[in-house]
Amino acid sequence: MQKIAELMRAKAVELLQSSKAERVLAWRAGEFFYDNAPAAFNDVDACQEIVYNEFCPANLAKYLIEATKQQKKTVVFLKPCDTYGVNQLLKDHRIKREYFYAVGTPCSGMLDVKKIKELGAKAITQITCEDNKVIVETPYGTKEFAKEEVLLDKCMMCKGNEYKIADEELGEKLEPIQFVGDRFAAVKAIEAMSAEERFAFWQEELSKCIRCNACRDICPACSCEQCIFDNQEAPVGGKAAADDVEEQLFHLIRAYHVAGRCVGCGECARVCPQGVKLGLLNLKFIKDINQFYGAYQAGEDATTPSPLVSYKENDPEAEEAVQRRG
Amino acid sequence: MLKDAAKFEPKIVAFCCNWCSYAGADGAGTARKNYPANVKIIKVPCSCRVNPMFILRAFQRGADGVILCGCHPGDCHYSTGNYYTRRRMALLMSMLNFMGVAEDRFRVEWVSAAEGAKFAEVMNDFVVQITALGENVKLRDLRCKK
Amino acid sequence: MLKITLDNLPKLLAALSELGELQVPCENKSGKVDFEKWNAEKRPRFDITLTSKSAKDLFFPQVEDLLAFKTKGKNLSIEQIMPSDKKVILMGVRACDIKSFELLDKVFLKDPVDTYYKARRENTLIIGMACSEPEETCFCGSFGIDATAPGGDVTTWITKDALYWQANTEAGKTLTEKVADLMEEAEASKVEEQAAVTKAVLEKMPLANFKVAGKIPQDELKTFNSKIWEEISAGCLSCCTCTYVCPTCHCYDIRDYAVSDNHTERYRCWDSCLASDFTKMAHGNPRKTKVERFRQRYMHKLVYFPNNNEGDFACVGCGRCLQKCPVNLNIVKVAKALEVSEDV
Repeated sequence: MQKIAELMRAKAVELLQSSKAERVLAWRAGEFFYDNAPAAFNDVDACQEIVYNEFCPANLAKYLIEATKQQKKTVVFLKPCDTYGVNQLLKDHRIKREYFYAVGTPCSGMLDVKKIKELGAKAITQITCEDNKVIVETPYGTKEFAKEEVLLDKCMMCKGNEYKIADEELGEKLEPIQFVGDRFAAVKAIEAMSAEERFAFWQEELSKCIRCNACRDICPACSCEQCIFDNQEAPVGGKAAADDVEEQLFHLIRAYHVAGRCVGCGECARVCPQGVKLGLLNLKFIKDINQFYGAYQAGEDATTPSPLVSYKENDPEAEEAVQRRG
Repeated sequence: MLKDAAKFEPKIVAFCCNWCSYAGADGAGTARKNYPANVKIIKVPCSCRVNPMFILRAFQRGADGVILCGCHPGDCHYSTGNYYTRRRMALLMSMLNFMGVAEDRFRVEWVSAAEGAKFAEVMNDFVVQITALGENVKLRDLRCKK
Repeated sequence: MLKITLDNLPKLLAALSELGELQVPCENKSGKVDFEKWNAEKRPRFDITLTSKSAKDLFFPQVEDLLAFKTKGKNLSIEQIMPSDKKVILMGVRACDIKSFELLDKVFLKDPVDTYYKARRENTLIIGMACSEPEETCFCGSFGIDATAPGGDVTTWITKDALYWQANTEAGKTLTEKVADLMEEAEASKVEEQAAVTKAVLEKMPLANFKVAGKIPQDELKTFNSKIWEEISAGCLSCCTCTYVCPTCHCYDIRDYAVSDNHTERYRCWDSCLASDFTKMAHGNPRKTKVERFRQRYMHKLVYFPNNNEGDFACVGCGRCLQKCPVNLNIVKVAKALEVSEDV
């Protein structure tokens, strides 16, 4: 990873100096090993601060909206999974191709500091990654974890190491996380519950929501100029987490609004400060769309129309579709 | 005839497209076909005008059942509007089911301008169904009751 | 000083819950730990350093009804909806959160007094708990807070086998008298030992030497015009996570909710200066861009608030924003950037 960071710094400098771009989007180090933040770098000197390691999960695609608005050609470093979000934004006409230069950046899976803490590492002073081992230093001693134990949930469903959009690729592709099993297993487990159990499950899950809107703000498919929930003129507008029903409406509508456009990046679930299992709502839509209208992956390219803006004359009727799912 | 005070009278919201289903409702009236007054019709230009939020919002604000009626697939006044409706509502219905709420309180029906009798029949049937289910509490806006 | 063995702790909790609504950090079904009303089925988690949300909800809930307007014919009636006057015992509050109450008091109890906040505040007894396993994100020391002596009406310490109890205020002493039977006299030496260990750990933490006082230029205009804002805010998503988990953020919005044609309720709910519709007026939000809104949040915490409140920063170093920000931006990064920035 250290080598990749060096390549990134060199590439950023090269692109700025050749006037191919005015600005660079990458990550900057924080106070701890694990808190790298997405940041903009405006000159060659600043580019020396670019970092890259196992703690750069944030997708930089969303920041391209601002780059497009400012009409500033921007270099953006994209991990393979991030490229799906960029394609989706292009398809939704929210960003323009001429305003960014995409550099494919290898990734072998990002780690989850929350999982590391849940496994008992308190007061982390240092984290080192060696092959498949993660070594965590604390004042109470050193702890060692296997990489699979502390991977981010979204990385457990890795889509592979192909870049779906890139002007160039940095170094060699890394081995992607091999995902085994069924990505819809959790959705199926809920489907198997009784209606009452499903209702209780979602009441419990969504009542945790504090309406911070982080899920919406990080989402590469949630790109409205003004969200309806921010619109005071709209009767649903409001900041209140007044009760579970409000949350149900918010999350249902949000998930619905990105249905067919959700690239399945898992960022919504990652950023939720309350740990609401938001990804399940999106996965449910993805599963239904695949089943009712044929397999579809949003963000695979920037042109294929979404299943919700297309139709077939022999599509199933609503009731039929629900029953067919069983 | 006096109404039985104890009897549950559901509130039903029916979104009807201007060109087929609303005309169908008219047809039911002209043909003197009865359907219950529980059904409140909201006319929309096309069934695809109905945003899923309209349906959820109707439930939230006290509807016990919501029914969406449009032209038969292939007969849309705007050619293809109801094809989109069909996809959208299939996904919505499946999601309502997934969240354990209200899926059986929501129905999609295709009713043409010539089907006044069908309109009355569908509404009668839906009112019976919702009356049997009772009051909708799961998707009500609870804030006003706190 | 009194003590009770951990085996007997449920007895103490039961006794306290008889005296008022007992709120303690509990693990909910999803594994998050937050303050919740205790009952015998709940599992208190005093071993967790920080609750997921701060304790401010107890005095300043996320949503709260203020008034009801009702019309009957041509008559209009207005009813004030006051919080219930139940006694609350808030137990297991850390030093940082206790300090945050002091800061919130400066906002809500100043003239004009916020009667809703005051009612809840006066009905609540606070039992503080010393930290024994600080996290790397903790920096309460930067604001002169001692994590091992949290204060409150009663202070408690938890060791491997016992809970130690020390009353501080009159209210605390009255409460102690009612539950003293369950406890035995104890020496302070165990507590002091623990405090020494905790302090040693705190010194090893990455933020041990992070200081705010004296480091940030308190010249409002100069700091306001600093060049850092544009650069550092670039990564901010404008979500409200930091505001909502912050124990000292206290902005709210007031809205009306039409219950029916002749019944409207006025409620308030948390708001954030990072939201695009914050303090929206006829001409829109006075802070039109993300940079301005981001700057407002940190200027308020680090410059305006101390300038108006005898130098107290609107931050207690709990580190929740460090843990929860989706993109890892936080007050420490901002304060450090301001400190090294040449133009301020």
